[in-house]
Amino acid sequence: MARTTKRKVSGTGAARRTARARSGRRVVVLVATRKGAWIYHSDAARKSWRADGPHFLGHIIQHLVLDPRDGRTLLAAAKTGHLGPTVFRSTDFGRNWKEAAKPPAFAKAPEAQKGRTVDHTFWLTPCHANEPDAWYAGTSPQGMFRSDDGGVTWEPLPGLNDNAQYRTYMGDEQGGTPDGPKLHSVIVDPRNPAHLYMAMSSGGVHESRDKGRTWTPIVQGMEVVESFDPTNIAFHDPHCVRLCPSNPDRLYQQNHCGIYRLDRPSTTWIRIGKSMPEKIGDIGFPMVLHPRDADTAWVFPMDGTQVWPRTSPGGIPSVYVTRNGGGGWKRLTSGLPERQAWWTVKRQAMSGDALDPVGLYFGTTSGELWASRDEGIRWTCVARGLPEIYAVEAGEVA
Amino acid sequence: MKVVIPGPLLSYTGKREVEASGATLGELLADLDRQCPGFRFRVVDEQDRLRQHIRFFVNGEQVFETSTPLRPTDAVQLVQALAGG
Repeated sequence: MARTTKRKVSGTGAARRTARARSGRRVVVLVATRKGAWIYHSDAARKSWRADGPHFLGHIIQHLVLDPRDGRTLLAAAKTGHLGPTVFRSTDFGRNWKEAAKPPAFAKAPEAQKGRTVDHTFWLTPCHANEPDAWYAGTSPQGMFRSDDGGVTWEPLPGLNDNAQYRTYMGDEQGGTPDGPKLHSVIVDPRNPAHLYMAMSSGGVHESRDKGRTWTPIVQGMEVVESFDPTNIAFHDPHCVRLCPSNPDRLYQQNHCGIYRLDRPSTTWIRIGKSMPEKIGDIGFPMVLHPRDADTAWVFPMDGTQVWPRTSPGGIPSVYVTRNGGGGWKRLTSGLPERQAWWTVKRQAMSGDALDPVGLYFGTTSGELWASRDEGIRWTCVARGLPEIYAVEAGEVA
Repeated sequence: MKVVIPGPLLSYTGKREVEASGATLGELLADLDRQCPGFRFRVVDEQDRLRQHIRFFVNGEQVFETSTPLRPTDAVQLVQALAGG
């Protein structure tokens, strides 16, 4: 059974809200959509929001990420319907953007061989705190790239991208999501920059202890679609993997087939989604972890029955939280629509900030951005009418 | 030779028509990339294939390969080709 930790929240009521607002902390929510990006600004109270955008109107923005190492630099993974994929960088929090001189791209194939082409960069992860200006990118189709100059030039990781065994895990172009197979959830161990995790849809969860030169699958305990062989790595479809900031030996995962927890050094995932209500199930895309409590995590369940609608079960959007590492789940719906809201929230479209209490944010494919400033107890709509939301990231501006 | 640029690439060239040179379409695109860094990768992928939704015309005829030969008097036009929302 997972360890349970009681959380302390200091101060109450108006005094606490005033103290938060005066703390000087500036919270931002970065929203990446199919038609551009928006940045929502607030203070520590997170009561009102100012929209800044659109940035890159008309561009397909898969991920917009703030560098927590400086609190100013933004990277955006972009393409348009016509043009190839690229990465943009801003060092003044979005006032000016500069395109990568060498965006993520696979190595050129030898003559007479069919080489792979990056369709889009899907995922961006800042590297370790001791590696300033270093970033990782995950792409569709599955590939991993690293930049050591703040996103200006990107180099492929041949130990993964050109590894014959891993190419079998990645499957063919039809083996991934409807939007293409993806490499995502690139995680850097905060204790060791050489220790990495990443996940592939499809293709399993993997670990590297040498900065991505070699990789090992970690799929034991993970289930696959009924009648398929769980020993075949290619059949595993992790949707979102997160590492606990407060306990880097603990990971959570929202998978195509359930919600899981992994406590290292074990290599066996435990399906903690079995304790979700049966009529809701444990299918979904995003997973958000508490910044200070490794027993607390939030999910946004999707309907995974029959033809897999991937909408809120029953048309009633709900966030579920566990406070005991997955031993039990509580439904959080205050402020959310009570009926006829058939929302989809993608794997990158839900995140949390690091304040106390934690602010939570999610965006829907129908273009609504929702926020909670009390760890999911009450929800308010921040924006409606945005394009299809692909990613939501919360951060703090320096 | 004269190259007509479509709207999605104006952020690179700043104008609708540019002058560039090359004995093949590939060389022409390399020259455009020298003049406008980043241009080439947006229209040609890492395997030297022309991207699906940018079409290339030489003197009004569509071409499909970067090896297509060009003459200094040719007129090259890039067209954006995408349907749907």
